[in-house]
Amino acid sequence: MMQVGLEHYLVVSTLLFCLGVLGVILRRNLLVMYMGLELMLNAANLALVSFSRFNNNLNGQVMVFFIITVAAAEVAVGLALIVALYRKRQSAHVEDLTSMKL
Amino acid sequence: MQDLFFYLFAALTLLCGFLVVANPFSRSPVTSAMFLVVMMACLAGLFVTLHAFFIAAVQILVYAGAVMVLFLFVIMLLDLKEEDRRKFNAFGIGAGLIAVVGIAAILIFKVILPSGVGANKQPMIEGSTVALGRELFTNYLLPFEIVSVLLLVAMVGVILLSKKELK
Repeated sequence: MMQVGLEHYLVVSTLLFCLGVLGVILRRNLLVMYMGLELMLNAANLALVSFSRFNNNLNGQVMVFFIITVAAAEVAVGLALIVALYRKRQSAHVEDLTSMKL
Repeated sequence: MQDLFFYLFAALTLLCGFLVVANPFSRSPVTSAMFLVVMMACLAGLFVTLHAFFIAAVQILVYAGAVMVLFLFVIMLLDLKEEDRRKFNAFGIGAGLIAVVGIAAILIFKVILPSGVGANKQPMIEGSTVALGRELFTNYLLPFEIVSVLLLVAMVGVILLSKKELK
């Protein structure tokens, strides 16, 4: 078994990001699509922290701190939008939200 | 020993991430949310193997705590249960899977592995809270203050969005 290095963390981060993309593509429920977005943000955080550790530079971790804060604000606004949408259309499914489709 | 923990937490993170998006046994959003909590906790374990202790603690507190409680509250409010009987578009699923696997293969085998980005790099930095706080309150003081304004704006926006009617 080889020594765990930067590549290992980056591969895990890539796979996690692709799982997030897969969630956004496959699932039709707005809430689960949102969870896919969270997976992608966490994958980016993992890549930043591992770069920070292996490049002897603390800026990556500061960036992760900001990303977590912005993600929390983003989740709050997004979920409020979903609730407002549900109140108008009685549905959280993307297939029912086609009023702007040509 | 540390390598063992890396493989354990990485496998658990990927497994739970997969169960969030494509659980073969359940399509309920609550199940996805629960696996997302486990995924966040395992990711915090990965941060600990990277010696980023403060980030790991924040990950648990903010993500697994606050954000997931918000998710579960909204699931409870919306009372979603009818998505089980929707059928999927097979062509869309096939195209999406091919695209995502392609992205993963290109990123891993063409970008990360040939670049030699981690060659003869030793893990050096210790993510101590003291150093992180010093960085945050000297070099990053302005972004830090801007983020606090952003949180205020988000709070006002959420209150405005969730009001029934504006007077």
